[in-house]
Amino acid sequence: MNRKQKKVLVRILVAAALIALWACLPLEGPLRFLMYMLPYGIIGYDILIKAAKGIKNRQPFDENFLMAVATLGAIVLGEYTEGAAVMLFYQIGELFQSYAVGKSRRSIQSLMDIRPDSAVLVHEDGTSQTVDPDEIPVGSTILVSPGEKVSIDGIVLEGHSTLNTSALTGESLPREVFEGDNVISGCVNLSGVLKIQTTKEFGDSTASKVLELMENASSRKSRQEDFITRFARVYTPAVCYSALALAILPPVFLLMMGASPNWGNWIMRALTFLVISCPCALVISVPLTFFAGIGGISRKGVLVKGSNYLEALSRVRTVVFDKTGTLTQGVFEVDGVHHSSMDEDKLIEYAALTESYSAHPISKSLQKAHGKPLDKARVSDVEEISGQGVCAQVDGLKVAAGNTRLMDSQGIPHMPCHSTGTIVHMAVDGQYAGHILITDKLKKTAQAAVSALKKAGIKKTVMLTGDRENVARETADALGIDEVYAELLPGDKVEKVEALLSAQKKGDTLAFVGDGINDAPVLARADVGIAMGALGSDAAIEAADVVLMDDDPAKIAQAIRLSRRYLLIVHENIVFAIAIKLLCLLLSALGLAGMWTAIFADVGVMVLAVLNAIRALALNEKGES
Amino acid sequence: MKKTYSIEVDCANCAAKMEEAAKKTPGVIDASVNFMMLRMTVQFEEGADVREVMKEVRARCRKVESDCEIYL
Repeated sequence: MNRKQKKVLVRILVAAALIALWACLPLEGPLRFLMYMLPYGIIGYDILIKAAKGIKNRQPFDENFLMAVATLGAIVLGEYTEGAAVMLFYQIGELFQSYAVGKSRRSIQSLMDIRPDSAVLVHEDGTSQTVDPDEIPVGSTILVSPGEKVSIDGIVLEGHSTLNTSALTGESLPREVFEGDNVISGCVNLSGVLKIQTTKEFGDSTASKVLELMENASSRKSRQEDFITRFARVYTPAVCYSALALAILPPVFLLMMGASPNWGNWIMRALTFLVISCPCALVISVPLTFFAGIGGISRKGVLVKGSNYLEALSRVRTVVFDKTGTLTQGVFEVDGVHHSSMDEDKLIEYAALTESYSAHPISKSLQKAHGKPLDKARVSDVEEISGQGVCAQVDGLKVAAGNTRLMDSQGIPHMPCHSTGTIVHMAVDGQYAGHILITDKLKKTAQAAVSALKKAGIKKTVMLTGDRENVARETADALGIDEVYAELLPGDKVEKVEALLSAQKKGDTLAFVGDGINDAPVLARADVGIAMGALGSDAAIEAADVVLMDDDPAKIAQAIRLSRRYLLIVHENIVFAIAIKLLCLLLSALGLAGMWTAIFADVGVMVLAVLNAIRALALNEKGES
Repeated sequence: MKKTYSIEVDCANCAAKMEEAAKKTPGVIDASVNFMMLRMTVQFEEGADVREVMKEVRARCRKVESDCEIYL
């Protein structure tokens, strides 16, 4: 508890003691009034001041106003105990709320405790100095000792160590880094001393970016939060006028009928009405749940960029995947050499040499399969034929490496391949020399991810890819994906997603999952754009609504399930609070509910709603069970 | 120019009042208060004297919500 809260607690205790004491004393008349003014003043003076200020600033309709009118009204009617007690319980409720919010705020801030406060800068002469990470220019060298956080993104210059990335990725397995590896800020260095050359400024580093994103997330309001804001705006004045009507109309009506107007009774009912109506339970519990939810889901390595996206995530019924890099590793490997007329290794060497000037992933996988350094001097007259392949002179022999179209254009008869994957046909010295099969491996968790989505009630899974039909079909069948669209250009992907969007039922949403490298337009078009493995990639973090910090597709189902639980809590609170309030309002208008019911409807409902909201935090600690 | 300040305020409604008050301050283009994070982000007009504008923002916020604090 902070100082302010302690002060309120003392006031509550003193006022409660006084009210209890006065109840035991036989107080009468003006003395009774004066004695009760003491606890009332102690507990309520700030509310009265705030209400007066609200009137002065022409924004009268808020909780303070409701409370001031209700309690002062009760006192005027001689109900001193009720007046003081309502104020007392109101303050207890407020204190509880402020304590609960403070507590969840701290607990979430500790989840997000990835920002390093200082960094050790190494000067050129070898001396080091602790400085504010904000002041470190790009290209400097920093020293990170075991137990410290990496403060700025960079490349390891010296040393090797293991890093704990769990604060960022939710992955508990430490990652090993060696000289030349990229490291991102926010990771905790576990074992060895690392010298890191910074590649970014502190403000652009991963830890800062992630934090900024988290902090801004709760400013993007969900539909529920908007609803509450609009609701409160209409609701409070409406209730105030209804209360006024309740105080005046029935007595006037009775008076006209010639009966006793019974003013006191009706005014008391109106005041009870006011106390019940206080909308604080909703106003605080709904944003609190979203806040706790976004904080907690980040613990799993899933960044949600706003309450609105958390809500959209909970309504996802269609999940569209990009293939390469999302469901597959995006790393191509040589899977086999078929119909080779020469030694297989020799053929791969020729292929690697021919493609050695190309930056294409295929060329990299060939080089990797070759496994030895290439002497590029053996290659000359390289000619890249777009959409076909490469021709070159290797060791004085004419070598062609490419697809069937290249073979056709060279007039070389070739053998078809029955396996799925990318096929590089080879011709050496004008003779067909066989083909090399290159495949992209599925991610280990891809299949489990798709079946987990099915289990979570996702109606349709779709895969979009620029790859060939048979490769796409085989991947989709292996994973259990419902629909496949292959051989798409990037623009076609947007069209497909738009078609899927317009085909879905109202209220359902569509999520697109991509690796964020070249599908930014699709990420933006989908209801929920999920970028995967986005750690350190600014473009992906920018374009997506939800960012998976590591590249595990199984996180998607987890995130959807969690978001649904948060939304359930939100809806529970909205329905519960409004239903109880309406019921009590009705009862009080009929004269069946007194001030004490009103106090429950106000403070009790608020406490219950806040406790329910805080459940969102507990949910995260226990995982998703 | 945009700057973010730590604030202290007790309730969501009070935070909303502060946001309104800050938005109406001369020299401020836009302001938003994040109650959960206790942050106020203010976007200043070109060439505005940030310190002076923020003093005014704080004064106006105090007027609508007496026990609030903005750490300049």
